[in-house]
This record gives sequence, C-alpha cells and structure tokens, in this order.
Amino acid sequence: MVVFYRRMPRFEYLKPQRFEDVLELLQNSTPNRYRVFAGGTDLMDQLKQRKINVPETVIDLKGITELDFINFDKSSGLRIGALTTVADVAKSPEIEEHYPALAQGAREIASIQIQNRATITGNICNAVSSADSAPPLLALGAEVVCANRNGERTIKIEDFFSGPGQTVLNPNELVKEITLPPPVDNSDSVYLKLAPRGRMDLAWIGVAVWAQISERIFNNVRIGLGAAAPTPIRTPNAEEALCGLDVVSENIEAAAAIASGEASPRENSFRAGSEYRHMMVEVLVKRVLTQLAG
Amino acid sequence: MEKITCNFVVNGQAEEISIPPNRTLLHMLREDLMFHGVREGCSHGECGSCNVILDGKLVNACLILAVEADGMEILTVEGMVDGDNLHPIQQAFVDESGMQCGACTTGMILSTKNLLDANPDPSREEIKDALAGNFCRCTGYAKIFESVEAAAESMKGTQS
Ligand code: FES
Ligand code: FES
Repeated sequence: MVVFYRRMPRFEYLKPQRFEDVLELLQNSTPNRYRVFAGGTDLMDQLKQRKINVPETVIDLKGITELDFINFDKSSGLRIGALTTVADVAKSPEIEEHYPALAQGAREIASIQIQNRATITGNICNAVSSADSAPPLLALGAEVVCANRNGERTIKIEDFFSGPGQTVLNPNELVKEITLPPPVDNSDSVYLKLAPRGRMDLAWIGVAVWAQISERIFNNVRIGLGAAAPTPIRTPNAEEALCGLDVVSENIEAAAAIASGEASPRENSFRAGSEYRHMMVEVLVKRVLTQLAG
Repeated sequence: MEKITCNFVVNGQAEEISIPPNRTLLHMLREDLMFHGVREGCSHGECGSCNVILDGKLVNACLILAVEADGMEILTVEGMVDGDNLHPIQQAFVDESGMQCGACTTGMILSTKNLLDANPDPSREEIKDALAGNFCRCTGYAKIFESVEAAAESMKGTQS
C-alpha cells in the first residue's frame, strides 16, 4: 500500500556556489552526512515517505549555475549540464532537430510542473528502470561525465546503471554533464512509450531507437529499452542482427523478436506482468523501427 | 535546525521570513504567510493543487523547500485578482461552473494561466496536456476544459 506522508523529517540545508566545494564536502563525508539534489522532485518525495535514510544535510546544487547549459556543436556533439531541466531539454530546438528521441522522452516525464524543476541528470541518477530519458540516451550513444575531487571519468550510459535505483557513481562522485556524439548523416531517432494514460504514468515499456539508414539498408542501429529489465538496457543482439540488412518488414519483425528475448522484466510487478512486457517490447520495437524506415 | 532568513516577492509584496530548512514552499506560503489558495492535496507532485508560479515557471510547491526559493518571485492564485475584479480565468471558472468542491480549482487556474500566457488559443488536446499535472477528485473535467476555452475566448485581444 502506498501511504502518502506529508511531513518532512529534520535536516540542514547548504547551497554551495562552486562545484569543487561540493566535491570537497563529499570527499570527506560519512554515509548519511549529505545528500545532493538538483530539482528535488524525487528527493523531497523520498524524504517525506522516509524511503531513504534521512541525511544530516541536503546540498542544493542549483547554486552552481555553470552546470546549467545545453551546448550543441555539429562536429563535437551535444553536452547537457547536470543542472539542465527536463523542460529545457524538451524545448531545445537543437535537441529536437538532431536528437529527437531525447526531446520526446523529456516531454513524456510526468507533468509540466515536474519538468520545470527536474533535471535529465537527476532522472538517470535515480536509475529507475522506467525513466523516460534513459532509452533515448541509450539509443543515442550518450556518455556520462562524472567527477570527484581528484578528477573526472567518462562512463558509457549502458554501464552507468547497476541495479534498480543504483548507479556506478561512488559516494564521493557527482555527474557533471551528459554528452552525446555528433549527429550522423541519414540517421534519425524515435522514442515511444506505452503507459495507461497519455501523461503522468510511469512507462509500462519505453523503446527508443536510433538508426542510420542509407539506400534502404540498416547501416547502424542502437536500441534502448525502459521498464523491460531491472535497469534501462540496450539490446545488442537485435542491433547486430539488423546491421547490413535491407529495410523490409521481415527483418524488422525478426529484430523485434530478438529484442523481446533480450528483455528481462520483473516477474511480480503490479503495473504490468512479465509476459505482457515481453510482448510489448516486440510490438514497440517493431513500431519504432517501422516509423524510422519511413 | 537553524532557521534561514529568506526574501521573497509574493504576489508583488516583499516578504522577509526566517524558516527552518525542512519547511516546504507549500507550508511556508499556506501556513506562515496565509495564502490558502496554495493547497496540499497529495503532497507528492501528482495533483497540482499546490501549484504556484515561481519566477515565471509553473511548479509544485509541495516538492520545493522554501529556502530554495530565496530571492525569487512567487505568484499564487491570490495574486491574480485585480482589486475586487477576478482575473478573466477565475471569472470563466465561475461562469462555466468549472468546479464542484473547489479543491483543485486554484491549481487548475494557475495551470490555465501558464497555458494561456504561452498559447492564447489552445486546442482541446493542448488544454488536456497543459492540465495533465492537475487532478480533480470530483472529476468535473469537461466543465474545467470548457472554462479554459471560455477564458481563452474572453481574453482574446485583451492580453498584451
Ligand atoms: S500537493 Fe503538490 S502536487 Fe499534490
Ligand atoms: S472540483 Fe473537487 S477536486 Fe476538482
């Protein structure tokens, strides 16, 4: 049963102005000392519901204004700062044009009110399998730039999620930005979400595909699935099966069946059963590929 | 918890107030400053009854700490009236019976303002999309959509 608690626990509040200062605080911290947040739309809810250990201090990252940016360059690609809101990604003309699946995913997240506060980085750091930004980022080949006091490392998005609600980020690390490769000729991307209502629901299944098609042949394909496994996943077998093949419905159907086999949805989910999710992966992958085939 | 002194402009009025860090913007507005148009429905970002417009953006006040809004401008439904005159959106909700119990109405009105400020002539689909983050427990959605359409109609040509 879901209980809707309304009262906040006790904590202190810090709003540093510099990224390095936050990394310094995290470096010497103990487990329940700090909890960082950007939009806070997930953290405030988790604190009210006592879903997480209450930290002594919450750290508001919004003081670090240099992390709020969308930066696009045709030759180097796209960079999205850790504080960039879902609404800004949803409205960005460059993302709409060159990375449409990501704009579509952003628009699927909860409500306008949430999109105005929540960040794309927060959406992936919470690492919910149904996160709408995750399949597009997987399909578009995103990388996550993480930092601690001693330096930075870059992690492929498919290696970023380690379990439900878990990422490979160390306690002293923060995401600094998300990067996407430069756009490729003859390529396009689409995200489709299956959910009971048009808005406000978590995905039953989310599918994003990026494909490069020339002369009616799949040159290159990446597929990202949400809510189809304990974490968002790629489907490497289906992707590989399609590469080099003609853009015809038999090939699309075969790849969709392979993708369905690569899914491993939770057995006892109250939102949608495992068998149903397997079937819907097949349906949606087929639908997205068909849409990309034009 | 040490109280933090914050400054806001609420409905055009400057406010200085010391608040504990764990106080939500919703509780600060509703219980400290007595803006009862800001309502607590779900308290979890699902229903939109706590809607306010914060520095020009529609947000759920239940998911924001009051200290996060330090230095910002806040509009609640109380700030929409002009003296004794209701805002055209408020008037449209009255005229079209866009409410039953009224619990969701203040949030609906702010979502409507957010929509019409950007899109003065929305389609029914656009209205539904703009109000997706607002739940009406009385489920009087048809009347609510009609109210939004009436508001758009009455505001035509009057808005800058
Ligand atoms: S009370 Fe804030 S969204 Fe319901
Ligand atoms: S009028 Fe009662 S909740 Fe909407």
